[in-house]
Amino acid sequence: MEIVNFAHGEFLMLAMYVAFFAWLLARLDPVVSFPLAALVLAGLGWATYHGIIRWVLGGPMLAQIFATFGLAVFLRSAAQFLWGVDFRVVSAPLLGGRASLGGVFVGLPQLTASVAALGAFVALHLFLARSETGLALQATAQDRQAAALMGIDTERMFALGWAIGAGCVGVAGALLTMFFYVFPDVGAAFALLAYVTVALGGFGNVPATLLAGVIVGLVEALAGLLIAPALKYAVVFLLYLGVVLWRPQGLFGRF
Amino acid sequence: MMLEARGLDVLLGDYQVLWGARLSVAAGEIVALLGPNGSGKSTLMNTISGLLRPQAGQILFQGRPIAGLPAHRIVGEGLSHVLERRRLFPFLSVRQNVLLGAYSPAARATRDDQLDWVSDLFPVIRQRADQLAHTLSGGEQQMVAIARGLMARPRLLMVDEPFLGLAPRVVDQLTEVIRAINRGGVTVLLIEQNVERALALAHRGYVLESGRTVLEGRSEDLLRSAEVRRVFLGG
Repeated sequence: MEIVNFAHGEFLMLAMYVAFFAWLLARLDPVVSFPLAALVLAGLGWATYHGIIRWVLGGPMLAQIFATFGLAVFLRSAAQFLWGVDFRVVSAPLLGGRASLGGVFVGLPQLTASVAALGAFVALHLFLARSETGLALQATAQDRQAAALMGIDTERMFALGWAIGAGCVGVAGALLTMFFYVFPDVGAAFALLAYVTVALGGFGNVPATLLAGVIVGLVEALAGLLIAPALKYAVVFLLYLGVVLWRPQGLFGRF
Repeated sequence: MMLEARGLDVLLGDYQVLWGARLSVAAGEIVALLGPNGSGKSTLMNTISGLLRPQAGQILFQGRPIAGLPAHRIVGEGLSHVLERRRLFPFLSVRQNVLLGAYSPAARATRDDQLDWVSDLFPVIRQRADQLAHTLSGGEQQMVAIARGLMARPRLLMVDEPFLGLAPRVVDQLTEVIRAINRGGVTVLLIEQNVERALALAHRGYVLESGRTVLEGRSEDLLRSAEVRRVFLGG
């Protein structure tokens, strides 16, 4: 919605800490605590919109970029200060081990996370396409002034957009703790991949992002297998560069 | 008076666009807002509908002060604004665009009736219901935009340059529809560059020049006025 959240990786990191502490303090497995992480993050997204974003939306481009960039630096440093730089793990998650899918072995935590990601995607898509509020949200993203003239409270829609975006990363972060360690800088690598994925599919197009996610995942895995594991991200970023040189708006982009 | 605006000062950034502009529209009228490029016509309309806040001045709609209210609250009062260049939601379908016109709670209750009415006025809504709005022709987009504005059940419909870039045949067609809408009880305020075409449609007109209301009158008087010729031809 007119702005990119450069603190998205740090939101992911916070979601991971929520899941980690839920496990450490209350013995709640991430499979159980992920709705809590989604809620906490949705609240954070909403607060970020009201506290920061709405004040810079009309401002110059640089102010918009550095507002969320600054938030990212702040959140990362705050995490280091409060929880230290140690790597933490949720040991012995409820869903451990592997499952066999037609002869292919897949880690159960990874499988759970991808099923949940698909579920979140379907829910988001249905909400945007079918509900009144989802339509109003799309209308606001496509033309803010025209949306206001329909009687849509566009401020509320922006805040809702931020809450939903952060809520989704809350789900992702919580489930990620089942097979990835938690530390203050954990967001950076994932966020970069996320931007590449979204930009590859095209901003503002949810189904295209899913497709781009599958493409990025496949390229990463195949490059690791066929070329060299150390070069797998290089191949992903090369693909991204190629696509944006050829189609700057992304494969299915609108803006 | 259905709409009464006076003493409006409006700034865009550091630049003052309106200087004490005024305008009033009585129930049942079609009123044309005229003026050269950059005279502040759209700014005046955007201020009335709440997209802009006036620095000074008053706006009364059906006797209630609305200056400074946010745009999404003003629609619910019965005032619809169709923006210049149609501004449909490009990646929503025609049907979704039109239905969003009745988003405000006051209009939502009677949404299906309104949809039937505007679909009879503009058959394109039924023919192209599931097409994405940005794939329509300019004329079709304008019809959908007006239909979307009517979905809010307005007492007053404001249309900014409805004929911009349209073929003469489509302009004639739209002119007839605007007359029909007006006969159906909706008051109309419209902006139009072509003075003769605007005054042929409107009962009365206002002329803006450099952000000030410099002339007003009945259409037939304005058409004969030497002052109108001076403003538009720079005589």
